[in-house]
Amino acid sequence: MDTMLNVALPKGRLGEKVYAMFENAGFPCPSIKEVNRKLIFENEECGVRYFWVKPSDVAIYVERGAADIGVAGKDILLEYEPDIYELLDLDTGKCRMAVAAKKGFHDDISRVLRVATKFSNIARNFYLSKGRDIDIIHLNGSIEIAPILGLSDVIVDIVETGTTLKENNLEVIETIVPISARFISNKSSYKFKSEAIDRLVESLEKQLGE
Amino acid sequence: MKQDIPLTANEKYIFSLRSLYESYGYTLYKMSKFEEYDLYSKNKDFLVSDGVITFTDTSGKLLALKPDVTLSIIKNTAGSHSSVQKLHYNENVYRVSKNTHEFRELMQVGLECIGDIDDMCLYEVLELSSKSLKCISEHCVLDVSDIGILLKLLDYTGIPEDEKKDALRCIGEKNMHELASKCRALGIEDAKTDKLIGIIKLHGSPRITVEKIRRETAGIIDTSQTEEFFEIVSALENSGNNVNIDFSLVEDINYYNGLIFKGFIEGIPNSVLSGGQYDTLMKKMKRTERAVGFAVYLDMLEQLNKNEEKFDADTIMVYNDKLAFTEIEAAADKLRQDGKSVFVTKEIPQGIRYRTVIDLRNGEV
Repeated sequence: MDTMLNVALPKGRLGEKVYAMFENAGFPCPSIKEVNRKLIFENEECGVRYFWVKPSDVAIYVERGAADIGVAGKDILLEYEPDIYELLDLDTGKCRMAVAAKKGFHDDISRVLRVATKFSNIARNFYLSKGRDIDIIHLNGSIEIAPILGLSDVIVDIVETGTTLKENNLEVIETIVPISARFISNKSSYKFKSEAIDRLVESLEKQLGE
Repeated sequence: MKQDIPLTANEKYIFSLRSLYESYGYTLYKMSKFEEYDLYSKNKDFLVSDGVITFTDTSGKLLALKPDVTLSIIKNTAGSHSSVQKLHYNENVYRVSKNTHEFRELMQVGLECIGDIDDMCLYEVLELSSKSLKCISEHCVLDVSDIGILLKLLDYTGIPEDEKKDALRCIGEKNMHELASKCRALGIEDAKTDKLIGIIKLHGSPRITVEKIRRETAGIIDTSQTEEFFEIVSALENSGNNVNIDFSLVEDINYYNGLIFKGFIEGIPNSVLSGGQYDTLMKKMKRTERAVGFAVYLDMLEQLNKNEEKFDADTIMVYNDKLAFTEIEAAADKLRQDGKSVFVTKEIPQGIRYRTVIDLRNGEV
């Protein structure tokens, strides 16, 4: 059986920041800092193997057991609802999932609301909880232009600073949920590698408290 | 020479689980592939997946291909309060895959124990769950919780009824940060929230956790309820079973009460066994007896045997038209009598995995 702790990290700045926290927690892997195109890095001595994956894929790697643990945005967890443990809020990569519309938008509740989004599940659940009838227009990018071109009434998307919205004459009309990076674990891996995972959680908690 | 019957890994599991259950006096329950759709429409939340394959039979009745076995067993068995009915099954069920959103046929093995259920019955079913896991792999663990104790803890904290479902979701995800902020938003005292979270975090072997849980739940939960639970799980551990107490294990409270459990095998990313006491489901189905049971999901086990059966045949035997049928078969049968599998062919097919080649065309090996 694989005794190494397999960690899926999101490529990019968030992943690098989180790796530093893992390193401080006693799970270093110096080769990860080398500049090359490798995606898998191992430190056999510390029993850890890291791999960089697309941020939206981390939860899949963890749910399917290819990674024991990983770091994923709450947006991805809410959208795909993977069957995993969400052990810690890493309090980083903070933003919010929000509904935005053209400035001065008036919601005519007698009509079906057209919602453009990459996050269909989040949008569906949000409006279901409000009992609002909606039509979801699933887009893969440049969501902001949908209301401008009349494709949708509103958008449901991640808002960090709000600059993109402002530049496109849009504004947030409602916040759905705050988003941040979460430390997640495969359920089965947690049963067999709980000692290492708990040690890591404990150290991450300490670092967050500092 | 007598040969072993070649079985796939899953067939071996089915046979060994069947012989395990029958050694405990469980009777094989065989059921029809179809069930009236009404049974599932009334108990939708009990089903593991959404969606049921339905069709209209010749009399106009709406039937379904079984997505679940337990509901059929409850519906089709006569109850008794003075005794216990012990049944086991291996049946195909038809469910929607979470990933492909398409229907899949899955083999499920399991057992149900219905009637006058006492602690001995509960212990026996837990022991059989643990032994079922061991039939598959020694690297296994059975997580056990008591939904009754967990609900008492939620009552103690004062989480309102309509918020319990969401609180249980957080608990099931071990998402203590969200549970804490939920409790804060509901105005629950920090001390009570900390107590709840502290107990849920106490997962592990009964030898290590029982005393701590006993201390933490003192004065909150009736000791008769916790002691009954501790007695069963401790006895299970003392008999050499790898068992963990884990209150983050949750099931739908509209169906389950009391003991609930899940089995994990190292190398398989999801639980392979799931079960519990479902007296509440029995009540919903107008039955007054108690019941407990579990299912083993054999489709999960395919991942454990990825590297098994490295060869499609031990020997590839190549012939040509100049050889007589009887001559070819005699050569192949000689090997088969020695327990070898022989694939007779004119040309070696692409992609076939074999140990040796016997070329009858020129007598070379």
